[in-house]
Amino acid sequence: MSDTGATGTAARSSGASATRKRWEPWNDPSERPHVQIANLTKRFGDFVAVDDISLDIYRKEFFSLLGPSGCGKTTLLRMLAGFELPSSGQILLEGEDMSGVPPYERPVNMMFQSYALFPHMNVEKNIAFGLKQDGVPKPEIERRVAEVIEMVQLNAFAKRKPHQLSGGQRQRVALARSLVKKPKMLLLDEPLGALDKNLRTQTQFELMNIQEETGITFVIVTHDQEEAMTVSSRIAVMDHGKIVQVSTPAELYEYPNSRYVADFIGEVNILEGRVDSREGDHLMIQSSEAGCAIQTGPSADEPVGRQVWIAVRPEKLSISLEAPASTPSSTWVNCLAGEVWDIGYLGNLSIYHVKLDNGKMVTATQANMARLIERPITWEDRVYLTWAPDAAVVLLN
Amino acid sequence: MPEPSQDPAPGEKIAYLGGGSASSGFFTGLHARLLLFAPYRLFVLLLVEMGFSGRSLVIAIPYLWLLAFFLAPFLIVLKISLAEVIVAQPPYTPLFVFIEDGFIAIQASLENYLFLMEDSLYWKSYVSSLRISLISTILALLIGYPIAYGMIRAPKRWRFALLMMVILPFWTSFLIRVYAWIGILKKEGLLNLALTQLGLISEPLTILNTDIAVFIGIVYSYLPFMILPLYANLEKMDLGLLEAAADLGCRPIKAFWVITVPLSLPGIVAGCFLVFIPALGEFVIPDLLGGSQTLMIGKTLWSEFFNNRDWPLSSAVAVILLLVLVLPIVLFQRMQERSTRAEG
Repeated sequence: MSDTGATGTAARSSGASATRKRWEPWNDPSERPHVQIANLTKRFGDFVAVDDISLDIYRKEFFSLLGPSGCGKTTLLRMLAGFELPSSGQILLEGEDMSGVPPYERPVNMMFQSYALFPHMNVEKNIAFGLKQDGVPKPEIERRVAEVIEMVQLNAFAKRKPHQLSGGQRQRVALARSLVKKPKMLLLDEPLGALDKNLRTQTQFELMNIQEETGITFVIVTHDQEEAMTVSSRIAVMDHGKIVQVSTPAELYEYPNSRYVADFIGEVNILEGRVDSREGDHLMIQSSEAGCAIQTGPSADEPVGRQVWIAVRPEKLSISLEAPASTPSSTWVNCLAGEVWDIGYLGNLSIYHVKLDNGKMVTATQANMARLIERPITWEDRVYLTWAPDAAVVLLN
Repeated sequence: MPEPSQDPAPGEKIAYLGGGSASSGFFTGLHARLLLFAPYRLFVLLLVEMGFSGRSLVIAIPYLWLLAFFLAPFLIVLKISLAEVIVAQPPYTPLFVFIEDGFIAIQASLENYLFLMEDSLYWKSYVSSLRISLISTILALLIGYPIAYGMIRAPKRWRFALLMMVILPFWTSFLIRVYAWIGILKKEGLLNLALTQLGLISEPLTILNTDIAVFIGIVYSYLPFMILPLYANLEKMDLGLLEAAADLGCRPIKAFWVITVPLSLPGIVAGCFLVFIPALGEFVIPDLLGGSQTLMIGKTLWSEFFNNRDWPLSSAVAVILLLVLVLPIVLFQRMQERSTRAEG
């Protein structure tokens, strides 16, 4: 799975890198990975929480483990921290095997989902705790603690105890405490999970700034795809203990490698069909679900008759009241006909739920570029949804 | 809660009395539950008619409780301690004496207290009691802490069984349990038998009727009072804190001292006071297990009261004992208050 992702990435980015220099250590063969996870498996009795995962994470990456609850992402993170021992496989940090290294000796720090602040210590002492354990001289502790307190903007609260702080402030203390030791890798377990939406968005950008400022490799666990898309350099999508795809946010969105990923990241319309023929560099798909022929963008050769799924994002469908010029309708390519079932008006965009003639529901979104109160398309209108051949992705599983 | 300005209907008044944000949650709840009973409701309504506010009534419950079960008996003991011994029924002089012309004379003397200071037996008993209960408390803490800690770290399905094992001995009479120790500790008792059988000792040890037997008895009897508050406290602790400490480079043993112990301090204090305070006045254990040279104030008080039939003097001993206990009790209350405030 990850192989297809990687080769695809290389092909696409080679074109782009000619025009713009991008920071992509994972595409640079001379770059050595910072963390190497090799065939890592964790079993709890009969339950396999993490199933033979191999993964490379590079220095200064902001790497996300994304998946629904119970997919094994937290277990993987806890193995990186040393709280869980792998059943088999290896974790190498800068080439050094971490198995048998207890948590208190790993150059890795973790920010806990519950924050786990020491309730009997004030903010300063909580942050200084880690440095104290390492026997750092007092003046240096004071200097470094002051530095991170400044960074997370908690100067006014340095003497407060955790129970005298708000949720957002506690989150900052937890972050400062895990940053102050300048770990080789910072693990964040749902760091923004307990914050309300506004604060979460704001903190996401702060996290990114701090990561850039400190140059520490961040590995974050989250179930929030929006959060992962915002902060990450790369995302590993996980399901049932396995990694389904590892890609940059944009690739994950535009080139998902499976229906699972396409569905998990953002909204998508999936149309089932069979390969009908090959014409030049693209495939023609016959789909009874779509009710029309589908032309794909440039794609690999697939045998005729193979079952495939076409994934089209709602914003890539254009919606129109006019039927395509060509007749009869059986010759239409990439055109879905249906009736507007529901409209969601969000201000900046409108969401149209269209019921196709065969009963399948399809979602299309349209940016509201003109200032209009009365939109031309309304309920029960007959509409035609079209898309460019390379706007859709062919999925094989 | 503001004073009701108008005269609301009785039903409204009850609702009004039951709710609200009085200072003590427990007594508010008790008050609300008692309101379900007609006699109490009538009594409360009567008091409200007389102009008492709901808040003062809620506070009145604990005060009445203390008045009836603590202050009144204490005043009686205090009164007796100021009297003199006479051969009569009851065996002390009355406080108030009617004399001619309808005057009432107050007959009180501090003689008993002066005697307590003169005779070294008494202050030696107090000091010895303090010493024995202090050592017993420390021993109970040293034994109870690991037990409580082990209980919370044990698998969840065992916890109830372990808790029952701590509580179960309470279901047997205290006296019988202390008597049982005589059978264990005496020269030809179970302990000596086992040790000689194992070949660890050749001569039986003399444990019964020494201070050691008293320590064993007190620690055994009061251990649950140490374990239960510690267990309740440790159970609340977030084990994630120990992971956080380890993550920050702290070894497990050190984490125990810098995280677990400080956080369980309220439990330690509660457990220590719950052992120390009753141990200080303990009478049964030193009497049954201790020797003739084991001095404890509870035993001294017993012999003054029952052997010498000197009610006034033993009352004075009790009053002083109470004064000795007031300091730790007040400290205990302060700690409890502070920890509940910290949690809230």
